Amino acid sequence: MTRTQSQTSRQAGGTPLVELRDISIAFGGVQAVDRVSLDLYPGEVVGLLGHNGAGKSTLIKILSGAYRKDSGEILINGERAEIDSPADARRYNIETIYQTLALADNLDAASNLFLGRELTTPLGFVDDARMEAETRKILARLNPNFRKFSEPVSALSGGQRQSVAIARAVYFNAKILIMDEPTAALGVHETKMVADLIQELKAQGLGIFLISHDTREMMELCDRVSVMKNGQMIGTERVEDVTEDDILSMIIMGRNPKREAVPA
Amino acid sequence: MTDHTGDTARDNVAAHGGQGPRRGNLFARFIGATELDTRLLGMVGALALIWVGFHVYGELANGFGAFLTPRNLWNLTVQTSSIGIMACGMVLVIITRNIDLSVGSILGFCAIVMGVVQVNILPQYLGLGHPLIWIVAIICGLLVGTAIGAFHGALIAYGGIPAFIVTLGGLLVWRGAAFLVARGETISPVDPTFSLLGGGPYGSIGAAGSWIVGILGCLAVLALIAFGRRQRVRFHFPLRPVWAEAVLAALGCALVIGAVLLVNAYHWPRGIVNRYAEAEGITIPEGGLEISHGFAIPVLILLAVAIVMSVVMRMTRFGRYVYAIGGNPEAAELAGIDSRMMTVKIFAIMGFLAGLSAVVASARLNSATNALGELDELFVIAAAVIGGTSLAGGVGTIYGAILGALVMQSLQTGMVLVGFDAAMQRVVVGGVLVLAVWLDILYRRRSK
Repeated sequence: MTRTQSQTSRQAGGTPLVELRDISIAFGGVQAVDRVSLDLYPGEVVGLLGHNGAGKSTLIKILSGAYRKDSGEILINGERAEIDSPADARRYNIETIYQTLALADNLDAASNLFLGRELTTPLGFVDDARMEAETRKILARLNPNFRKFSEPVSALSGGQRQSVAIARAVYFNAKILIMDEPTAALGVHETKMVADLIQELKAQGLGIFLISHDTREMMELCDRVSVMKNGQMIGTERVEDVTEDDILSMIIMGRNPKREAVPA
Repeated sequence: MTDHTGDTARDNVAAHGGQGPRRGNLFARFIGATELDTRLLGMVGALALIWVGFHVYGELANGFGAFLTPRNLWNLTVQTSSIGIMACGMVLVIITRNIDLSVGSILGFCAIVMGVVQVNILPQYLGLGHPLIWIVAIICGLLVGTAIGAFHGALIAYGGIPAFIVTLGGLLVWRGAAFLVARGETISPVDPTFSLLGGGPYGSIGAAGSWIVGILGCLAVLALIAFGRRQRVRFHFPLRPVWAEAVLAALGCALVIGAVLLVNAYHWPRGIVNRYAEAEGITIPEGGLEISHGFAIPVLILLAVAIVMSVVMRMTRFGRYVYAIGGNPEAAELAGIDSRMMTVKIFAIMGFLAGLSAVVASARLNSATNALGELDELFVIAAAVIGGTSLAGGVGTIYGAILGALVMQSLQTGMVLVGFDAAMQRVVVGGVLVLAVWLDILYRRRSK
């Protein structure tokens, strides 16, 4: 149902939530991302696929403010957005769950969840009690088994750490969510939990960029998939229009069989 | 990252609340209920061992245990001040995975600057003994220290030069500069009011003042415990049992009152009492006039620094970011923390505290020499590390660093009292530093 919603919003020519236009970035002599364009609509999940070093994570880090693009433009809700730092991205309600989770291992769950955006008392001191209470609330929803609120996150399991990273993105009312390999380190049960959460967030109208190596998982979770190779965009297809084999050949061969099969 | 096998074991430990090894039911219950840091208890135990050890050794070897006397312990607190003040800053530096080798030289340079300002420059304009002299001199010293620290921080953060190199350079540059400014001369005597900040009979607050400090201290302990409990009730977090709260309150107050009794038990030397009585026109009664030292001013300065820095580290965003940068610099950066600016600020604080230490150290000597603070960097780093600050970053506390400074100074003082020579002292201090870090590594491995 959500899938059809996002499709109609897209087909009706609505404004995309995010539009990346001709984004390029080079590191030294390497063109890591080469004139890539991509868009994302409300309530839509767009998957990014490709080999390691294809440029997926780099592209996504430009949107999340971790890297600065060399050229191209970013539009949020149809308006030009200047994203030069992670703080800028947060102002546009862009939240990112990094593959490394980006947690400070020595701090507890609440400190990590609110890192950079601490709740403070009227005197300007950090309000640890209120932050822990908020953390307990949101984690009760995301991961009811979570108990270790007063221990550093280094004492948590992979799934629990993931819960903290996800809670951080969800708590601050993200409109645009970027998830870099969110299930790579998780067990079966926890992977299912993330999949359910993605459906829930989608239904709330968030736009989600998902990066993964697992083609089958992407076919299940995404509305559209984009494949990158050597910094270039090979193609973006709706999942119901392609087979897993089509996607694999795009990843491996860097060609879009779907487009080539249809004579121009 | 996905070590699922260890989870159940860890969950079980967590279910009992708190960390650390658990042995003996009663002790475990006590630690669990009071939520005391076992590491802290270990350090207090080590300190007690050093104190009693030196005292007993003195009794056996020299027939006189000089360590556990009010006089020695009072001196110990004064001697710890200078290193302790700087250790509070070194904790921040080391938590963020940096090091500062230049603090001893910054101290020396600041002391010379303050000496020149109050002895050579200001009296020309204000007249000797003007009440503004000591204040202006201190402000100059603190500004110079802060500026040097910020400059080091900027070279590290924006220049990309490793902290080790920048501050190793600073170690030589500022020691040399201290010599150049005063052409190698010793500047003395310093302004009389300034010299009070170094302690001594006149630089102490006396019995009544110490009781006021003690009562304020007890009230603070009670307020902290009550406030903590109220916060937990408000957010429905698990509470400590009432008996545990009572034990903590009693321990805290006993410690404070014990300290007051101790510093008040150390009386002024007879000669100074006679001179004082003569100057004030008091006739000395039959049994002699007993005037208590009370807390020395440098100790109160250290106390103030410790309280302010603890509040900064535990209750402000700045402190939170210091820990975050130490725990995972990349994550801190991605959370929007400007870690370069943080580095500049942290080194500026370190410089400020080195300047403050220079006030205490030169006031205590009643003079400024270009050699003041030599080798202090090593004692300061040792104090922070012995106090549990991890060189790998992300871990460390202010109270730990001060306890560490106290341990270092206790060793030093104890060896002087039992008659070890300087060479032997260095051998022991060096060995203890390595041993302490090794024990800390073993402790962390076990509690993981």
